Amino acid sequence: MATLNIEIDGRALQVESGDTIMDAANQVGITIPHFCYHKKLSIAANCRMCLVQVEKAPKPLPACATPVTDGMKVFTRSEYAVSAQKSVMEFLLINHPLDCPICDQGGECTLQDLAVGYGGSSSRYQEIKRVVVEKNLGPLIATDMTRCIHCSRCVRFGQEIAGVMELGMAGRGEHTEIMPFLANQVASELSGNVIDLCPVGALTSKPFRYKARTWELSRRHSISPHDSLGSNLEVHVKDNKVMRVLPRENEDVNECWLADRDRFSYEGLNTAERLTQPMIKQEGQWVEVTWQAALEFVADKLKAIPAEQIGALSTPYRPAEELFLLQKIMRGMGCGNVDHRLRQSDFSLDSKAHGGFWLGMPVTYMSRLNRMLVVGSNLRKDHPLMAHRIRESVRWYGELNLINAHDDEFLGKVHAKRIVAPSQLAATLAGVCVALAQLKELPVPDVAVRGIVDDIARKMAQSIAGGGQGSSGGEARAVFLGNMAQHHPTYSQIHMLAQEVARLAGASFGVLGEAANSVGAVAVGAIPGCGPLGQPAIKGLNAQQMLSQPLRAYLLLGVEAELDTHDPVSALNSINAAEFVVVMSPYKGKSLDYADVLLPIAPWTETSGTFVNTEGRVQSFSAVVKPLGETRPAWKVLRVLGNLLGLAGFDHNDSKDVLRDALGETPTGSVQAFLTNEISGVSVLPPQVIDGLERVAEVPIYQTDAVVRRSHALQMTLDAALPVARMHSRLIEKLGLQENGRVSVRQTASALTLKVQRDDLLPENCVRIPSGHPLTASLGPMFGPITAEAV
Amino acid sequence: MAKPDLNDSQRLSAESLALIDVEVAKYPVDQKQSAVMGALRIAQTECGWLKPELIEYVADYLEMPAIAAYEVATFYNMYDTQRPGRHKITLCTNLPCMLMGAGELGEYLKKKLEIGFGETTEDGRFTLKEGECMGACGDAPMCLHNNHVMHTHLTTEKVDELLETLK
Repeated sequence: MATLNIEIDGRALQVESGDTIMDAANQVGITIPHFCYHKKLSIAANCRMCLVQVEKAPKPLPACATPVTDGMKVFTRSEYAVSAQKSVMEFLLINHPLDCPICDQGGECTLQDLAVGYGGSSSRYQEIKRVVVEKNLGPLIATDMTRCIHCSRCVRFGQEIAGVMELGMAGRGEHTEIMPFLANQVASELSGNVIDLCPVGALTSKPFRYKARTWELSRRHSISPHDSLGSNLEVHVKDNKVMRVLPRENEDVNECWLADRDRFSYEGLNTAERLTQPMIKQEGQWVEVTWQAALEFVADKLKAIPAEQIGALSTPYRPAEELFLLQKIMRGMGCGNVDHRLRQSDFSLDSKAHGGFWLGMPVTYMSRLNRMLVVGSNLRKDHPLMAHRIRESVRWYGELNLINAHDDEFLGKVHAKRIVAPSQLAATLAGVCVALAQLKELPVPDVAVRGIVDDIARKMAQSIAGGGQGSSGGEARAVFLGNMAQHHPTYSQIHMLAQEVARLAGASFGVLGEAANSVGAVAVGAIPGCGPLGQPAIKGLNAQQMLSQPLRAYLLLGVEAELDTHDPVSALNSINAAEFVVVMSPYKGKSLDYADVLLPIAPWTETSGTFVNTEGRVQSFSAVVKPLGETRPAWKVLRVLGNLLGLAGFDHNDSKDVLRDALGETPTGSVQAFLTNEISGVSVLPPQVIDGLERVAEVPIYQTDAVVRRSHALQMTLDAALPVARMHSRLIEKLGLQENGRVSVRQTASALTLKVQRDDLLPENCVRIPSGHPLTASLGPMFGPITAEAV
Repeated sequence: MAKPDLNDSQRLSAESLALIDVEVAKYPVDQKQSAVMGALRIAQTECGWLKPELIEYVADYLEMPAIAAYEVATFYNMYDTQRPGRHKITLCTNLPCMLMGAGELGEYLKKKLEIGFGETTEDGRFTLKEGECMGACGDAPMCLHNNHVMHTHLTTEKVDELLETLK
């Protein structure tokens, strides 16, 4: 690229050919007023606010859309430029209501700010102002469409980032309006970003509406506790209460975006369900007690039970410090029964892994992949912003191949896909593996010998090996395993096959982490196989073993057993049968029924801690508000419990001490050295045969963890609709059911009646029923045989 | 986005679809949506006006978001997104026509038909619309009848005459 010499406001600078005047000005810190320009969106040049004077140009030019040329002289503050900018501002203000005092954007409004510099002190406009009818965009976004200045950022966001054009600019001239088609709600899982993008108060946050003014809020940094990306947050606090959550820009992680789950989950923090006082169940009655009494009670009880009869379970959404102390307590008592993989069902890799599983690459690489194979993942819902990065890859470079048990819209071009029943995932992957070996003229790996090659397998193999037409070589390839693959009963087979596919194709191999701290939990040793960073440690039972037959006591950290487990029925049976159950949780929930002691621990906003994201990025955060009531950070609770149990090494002063204890002086380095997806020694199993129907289950996007489940606004979205039984129309007909009628489904012992919904993209022998939802908690495991019959 | 469930009454005839296919063939295979203007015109010709379900159907046929087709349908004033009367009079109100008296003619029409721009008479006989430049400014002022017949050099008398002939 050629370098050009230009001059802006008298400052000489060199810029790349192809840059715009706006890019050049940004390089030297010169601000040009603008509304429609956004660095992450395409250039529209329709607000005209960025008009500047260019020497020898006969009229003012829009800085955002004018490429620089050699020798160009630009004036952004000349009388000519400012007069053009002021004229544009006058036009923009003609129809803009003067309602800043009641507008939520007031104080953080680009139009308001720029009007100070470029607006007139009075208006020459005498005619009637335009009024635009409100639109209902759903429970997350409030509208005041009269305020809209038609910058079209929200429209471009839908087209270019969210992947679905839900908003459009209908009409013409003065009658232009931003609207959805018909009365559709905005349903994208990234929709909240339009609130940040809107430069005026037309699109604002509905849950935050009229709650606070921007200047009353303290801004505190945090890390999102939901998906495994670990989005960087700016939490806005007033009166010791979280008022809203905004993205904190980090180009390497979440860029300037935030998924709706990360943005609106804070609503679940201060619900009436919060547990604010330690409680002990005495003769069937809950009694509030002091921390001292509660912890002494717990310690005495635990001392009286043989350590190998105690099971410690945590969700992977808790900070690393807590998970570390939990395993330290267990191993200190002489037992390795500790696990966080509550939704996993195949643990045979515990003895075959050489480290913690991770993404296999930095997150940023996901935006620049040429060839991808994603196995068993509900990409958009499980990893909203990573799905955005993959869409970016697809848009510019890449071919995306999918193997999955359902065919939910990805919102981008898919090169090849194979939708099979869950039991066939491994066999399908084996087919691709064989096709690859044939293509590369290499021996077929042992694990794939049963693979059957068909046209789609060959097409996928050609795609990921880069042997397709127009291949330029030197391409970035990746194979990813999603949540469904990890929860799958034959996960070890799938992992081994994916590893072989990646090896044959010369691709990176990554496991898309299930939760905010899936990687961190393994790194600090909250698994039965090994201690922190893979050090040898006392072995114990895994989550499934702990929950399939009752132990005498359970220590549950943030676990809602009926929602967080692979098989809620057997989990609840075991926990109910235990003689002593300690639940550490920010919420009461169903644990009131099965716990013996309830300890109120802090959600992520009320404690310091660390999440390790799926690329191994260690991100520590501080508390942003004080704990509610008698709530305490869980690391403190566990430290005291360790001391009361008489264990050594529980003398940490703060959470940083705990982290140092867990991961050493250089946590990032130690974690990254520990991460590898390499496994060995998995033997081939014949594919599982299920004669009848199979269940396909995923955890709905707004049911993943305890906080999200209690966010009122998120629970009102279309994604949080009540679970239904989705089936292929031929299956509906075969079973004599009615679409939108009722069906009785049964897995292990329990039966459930659900509404039937047609989904012709599912395999014909599958019934898709989400897991992790209160309505479906009485069903059995996430996968396996299921029966369905008319009610 | 869920595919719209369209029953047969909302589908276009085979002839219309064949005409749309001719439009589609003019553009690269992966850019079917380039044919949206032609396709909407053909759909409107067959169905009389573009009701939302029809726009959605056309958008789906061209593999584009419904809202994008709706943007086009609402931008150009020859598309009718409201059911028009039997006779749609589109009066050009751009500068040359206005200089030649289109403003007064507009007022005259509104008064005579007792409707405003964008409205339809109660008996469903007339719809009055504002039009953009029709490219024959030398013959200003002018109007279009049902998108296809142009009447030029308008005066109040000529307007009376025209309305009289449209039953």
